[in-house]
Amino acid sequence: MTAETNIELSRKAGDREAVLEVENLTVEFPTDDGVVQAVRGVSYRLAPGEAMGIVGESGSGKSVTSMAIMGLLPKTARISGSVRFRGEELLGRSENDYSSIRGKKIAMIFQDPLTSLNPVYTVGYQISEAILAHNDVSKKAAMDRAIELLAMVGIPNPSQRVNNYPHEMSGGMRQRVVIAIAMANNPDVIIADEPTTALDVTVQAQVLEALEAARAATGAALVLITHDLGVIAGHADRIGVMYAGRLVEKGTVDEVFYEPRMPYTLGLLGSLPRLDEAGRERLTPIVGAPPSLMNLPPGCPFTPRCPLAQPVCEEREPDLYVTDAPDHLSACHFHERLVGASAAQLFRPTSVDTEDITPRDLEVQP
Amino acid sequence: MTAANVVEAGAGGTAGGPGEPVLAVRDLVKHFPVRSRGLVRRTVGDVHAVCGVSFDLFGNETLGLVGESGCGKTTTGRLLLNLIKATSGEVVYAGRNLVELSPGQMRPLRRDLQLVFQDPFASLDPRMTVNEIVAEPLRIHGLFGSGTQGRDKVRELLKLVGLNPEHGNRYPHEFSGGQRQRIGIARALALRPKVLILDEPVSALDVSIQAGVINLLEDLQSELGLSYLFISHDLSVVRHIADRVAVMYLGRIVEIADKEELFTKAAHPYTQALISAIPLPDPRKERSRKRITLTGDVPSPVNPPSGCRFRTRCPKFANVLSEAERRKCVDEVPALTDRGQGHASACHYAEAIKLV
Amino acid sequence: MSEMRASSVTTSGTPQPTSVTGGSDREFNVKERSQLQQALRRFRRHRLAVASLVLLIFIVLLAFVGPLVWKYQYTDITPDNSQPPSLAHPFGTDSLGHDGFAQVLRGLQQSIKVALCIALVATTLGVVWGGISGYYRGLADSVLMRLADLILTIPAIALAAALGSTSGGAWWMIALILGGLSAPLVARAVRGVVLSLREQEFIEAARALGASDSRIILRHLVPNALAVVIVYATLLVAAGILAETALSYVGFGVQAPDTSLGLLITAAQSAVQTRPWLFYFPGLFIILIALTVNFIGDGLRDALDPRQTRQRR
Repeated sequence: MTAETNIELSRKAGDREAVLEVENLTVEFPTDDGVVQAVRGVSYRLAPGEAMGIVGESGSGKSVTSMAIMGLLPKTARISGSVRFRGEELLGRSENDYSSIRGKKIAMIFQDPLTSLNPVYTVGYQISEAILAHNDVSKKAAMDRAIELLAMVGIPNPSQRVNNYPHEMSGGMRQRVVIAIAMANNPDVIIADEPTTALDVTVQAQVLEALEAARAATGAALVLITHDLGVIAGHADRIGVMYAGRLVEKGTVDEVFYEPRMPYTLGLLGSLPRLDEAGRERLTPIVGAPPSLMNLPPGCPFTPRCPLAQPVCEEREPDLYVTDAPDHLSACHFHERLVGASAAQLFRPTSVDTEDITPRDLEVQP
Repeated sequence: MTAANVVEAGAGGTAGGPGEPVLAVRDLVKHFPVRSRGLVRRTVGDVHAVCGVSFDLFGNETLGLVGESGCGKTTTGRLLLNLIKATSGEVVYAGRNLVELSPGQMRPLRRDLQLVFQDPFASLDPRMTVNEIVAEPLRIHGLFGSGTQGRDKVRELLKLVGLNPEHGNRYPHEFSGGQRQRIGIARALALRPKVLILDEPVSALDVSIQAGVINLLEDLQSELGLSYLFISHDLSVVRHIADRVAVMYLGRIVEIADKEELFTKAAHPYTQALISAIPLPDPRKERSRKRITLTGDVPSPVNPPSGCRFRTRCPKFANVLSEAERRKCVDEVPALTDRGQGHASACHYAEAIKLV
Repeated sequence: MSEMRASSVTTSGTPQPTSVTGGSDREFNVKERSQLQQALRRFRRHRLAVASLVLLIFIVLLAFVGPLVWKYQYTDITPDNSQPPSLAHPFGTDSLGHDGFAQVLRGLQQSIKVALCIALVATTLGVVWGGISGYYRGLADSVLMRLADLILTIPAIALAAALGSTSGGAWWMIALILGGLSAPLVARAVRGVVLSLREQEFIEAARALGASDSRIILRHLVPNALAVVIVYATLLVAAGILAETALSYVGFGVQAPDTSLGLLITAAQSAVQTRPWLFYFPGLFIILIALTVNFIGDGLRDALDPRQTRQRR
């Protein structure tokens, strides 16, 4: 992993080190009832070969962000900010311009492999089609490459499987075909949006292995979007936590998992039942629900659920502050108070949906 | 009200002493016929969904039933409640075999055995208010009472599951997923049941919401002395909430043990693979972990493998066993018994391994 | 970038008042309303539907009360023939001297009767038909649906024409035939809805609670299928008006000297150029009825669906 200095400071245009730069990306969907602010100023940089995890709950805007990067949002979406691939601006390109990059330089893997594969063609045809779209090779060569790719993602008997239709394969197998298509053109970036959510755990392990194989073979950087903190812990170098359309914490996986500086991250970790911990200690849920992204009030959107909330939180939305490490950022006015705090100190082990949420054990400074 | 101090048998009472199971399941079998298409639909085969499942559920305990999709865990839950007719086997509750009961005979027993569904969106009638939904079981069993009695009961139930009773007049779509799941739990609790079958009750919920529902289930168990059959694919949740765990694969229980036993001394290769496949939210542990990866996919339950059903994916079968040893896996269905690991597993060559 | 210093911020330990479900939480003490009241409230919010309802009631009153008070009967032949609309004859007169207004009122009456009857017959029959098919499935479903397919292949207008002419154009006969022939349409839609509904978990939940078949059908299936039924019923009223018009137009519907909107248009078709009023007024009422009924259907569907909370403009 590249040593990265303060992201806030080094965010200069055309930074050569970054393969993908997202800057202040904003996505709004006008609806009959008002404007939905799905993404509200997301910025991150992806170094070559790096794996960045983006974690968030449903409706946090993590998928919309990647769709915006790929230029896959409907025309009604209002997108602003900047997305640069190797210094070249992607936003505002025509559909034609986009397709020269999409699938070749940036590949995408979706949650449901059934919708991303065409049911009427064999998988071999679909992989070779992806190769032929961006390369001037013979059909035969493309098909051979398809077999090679299937072997790489761990599909047994690839030379026979290549003639299968998607419906003849299991879900895990299909997702591996999608990964094979994604790596077909040696992309620089793979964006995987909940690639294993629809799969069983043992199959998930296979698919994640295939994804690692694809990264190793292509050297691509990975944006791994998921709600599963476990998947991120094992497969990402850095992590961004999204809440209400914003990145609220960024850092290396170790920093964010062991020393979270945003109450939301801490709350998420405290909500997780752990496979590796015995006993029946209580979980500490985050009371309440994420806000509606329509007509967001000013201030930090986590305020109503936050045990640390103060009047200032309702007035001003915090920037991403630098915390203990230069690239560990947190969008909390009071991130310093989270030093050494555990979820159990901050959140209550409640079972009720509405309750007083002042911190349990964390000392409130006068 | 901490879950740790589990009070023995609350006001509702459990069916028997600690040694008597509340619910005893013996050799439960369910085959779904596969029919041909067309006007005359002949049976062309059977889906062997549940094949000889036996277990006991004791008072005030949580039995986790885990397995991947298609392993028959959901079907088992429905069979226990007689929502689908078992092909053979027994489900004994209060001295009666539920499998043999008619819907009319079953109705009074439904007060004691209730179900919570996975999908908090599909399991509530969108055209009923929350009050009506929670009142429905009371009305069906003639317990709604007169005057304000029924409404008070509903308010009480909503409060019990941590919801604001003032919101009873709203419709399900006005609530978040976690709140809806609480409504589903309130409905299941309305009849003061003794056993709750929880079918993936938190799988559809976001992590931060899920924790609250898990806490609620723990509190309710200790307050009301409930027995839970907690069906889930999520081993982390099961480890947190269950007392004992049964692991299912392709219609059979392959291992059943006390929770700590199972997670520290998993004996069946499938259990081992399942535990090792769960990603841990802990980067250091995750980096240093060795993983048992299974190859292939679950075979079709229409045509399950002979002998041990797991052998087609079993790493032990493929890499460790000799030809002679393998023959036993192919020819002989492994019984679910203790082979010296301190708990029952269905592997001829069971061997305890610590994985987490 | 600014470094945050928490120590400089004075914090107090007062708990934050929190609202959990979002903005709508403010009105805590909403009055309890019955479902009917809530449905009415939602219907009233649908302005167009309310306006349509008022207009339709007016049209129906006109059709049934109008002839009693208007100075001419539809059979009366006045000395003024081929008059354009005037104070004496607001809708003009035809070449024989029939008063246009009286004729339109009578035609309206007949057409409304036929259309409502078609909708009523088709929906009732269709709901039972589709309901049985979807709920009990199996052989009953196969037989009923093949029958539906068969009936739908019959050209309805032609059959109605053939059968209707034997009964001498009695309006109820036409309505019964057209209604019966449209029922399979409703049946198919209802079957689809019931099939998908019965797989829903809330139906299984009701069963797990010990609910009887009749309770499941009445409390869960019917209310949830109602939206589809209403849409079809309103479509059928509009289609019924048009079918009757078409049938009368080709000469097999209501027979002279009685009249209907369709018959009036047929009679006036040769006079479109010379006496357009004879053509416009019945046409106007056909359009009005079809539109208002559709809007009312829209409103009803939304009113019965609690998920429809959006404020209509």
